[in-house]
Amino acid sequence: MDLLSQLRGQIADFSAFLHREGFVDDQFTQLQKLRDESSPGFVVEVVSLFFEDCEKLVNNMAKALEQQIVDFKQVDSHVHQLKGSSSSIGAARIHNVCIAFKTCCEDQNRNGCVRCLQQVNHECIQLKNNLQTLFNLEQQIIAAGGSIPAKQ
Amino acid sequence: MATSNGSSTGTKITALVVDDDRVINAIHCKRLNKLGIENHVAANGKEAVDLHCSGKKFDLILMDRDMPIMNGIEATRELRAMGVRSIIVGVSTRSIKQEIQEFMDSGLDDYQEKPLTSSK
Repeated sequence: MDLLSQLRGQIADFSAFLHREGFVDDQFTQLQKLRDESSPGFVVEVVSLFFEDCEKLVNNMAKALEQQIVDFKQVDSHVHQLKGSSSSIGAARIHNVCIAFKTCCEDQNRNGCVRCLQQVNHECIQLKNNLQTLFNLEQQIIAAGGSIPAKQ
Repeated sequence: MATSNGSSTGTKITALVVDDDRVINAIHCKRLNKLGIENHVAANGKEAVDLHCSGKKFDLILMDRDMPIMNGIEATRELRAMGVRSIIVGVSTRSIKQEIQEFMDSGLDDYQEKPLTSSK
C-alpha cells in the first residue's frame, strides 16, 4: 500500500474514532465540507478561533466561580456562549457538558459549576489534542503530494 | 431565495450576520459565501442598527439573540421601527417556546435553532 493510501486510511479511521467516541458530531463534518480551494485552512482557522475563545471563557468562568458571592448569571452567559460555539463546530462532548453546566448555573450550585468547569477544561484539552492529530495527518497527505479527502 | 425591497441594484443577495461569537460569524459567513451571498458582520445589535443608520441595506439578516450592548430582540425591534424590511432570521441555541416566541414577536420573519446548516 502506498504512503498516500496509508495516510488516507489513517485519517478515515481516526475520524471514525472521533465520531464514535462522541468527540465530534455531524456538525464537524458539515464544517469540513465548507473547506474548499479558496480556503484550504478554513477548518484549522475556525477550530483555532474556537479554542482561543474557549480558553478566555474558561478563565472568565473560573474567576467568576472564585468570587465569594458568585454571579451565576455571568457564569451562565459564558456557558451559553460556549454552548453555542461548541455546537457550531460539532464539539459534541463540550456541548453536552455545557448543557449540564447551565443547569448548575440555574440551580446556583457552585460545586456543580466547578465540577462542570473542570470537565469543560478536560474535554477542551482532549479535543484540541485529537484535532491536532487529525490536522497533522492531513498535513502529511499534502506533504506527500495528495489532497485532503473530500467529505461527502 | 427571494430578494426583499431592501436589496441593492445589483443581482447579488446581501446578508448581515449579527453575532458576538467570532466562531459562529466565521462559519455563517463561509456558508453564505458558498451560496454566492455577499455578507457582512456585526458583533452586536447596536452595530447592526448603526450599519443601517449609515445607509447600508441587506436582503437577509441573521440575528443572534444573546449579545452584549444590544441583544437580538432589541435590535430587531429597533430595525423594524426604522422601517427595515429585510428578512430577519433569529438564530439561537434557545429552545424554550416562550423565549422563541419573545424573539419572534420582536419582528422576526423566521427562527432557526443553532447550529445552522446549509439546508436550514
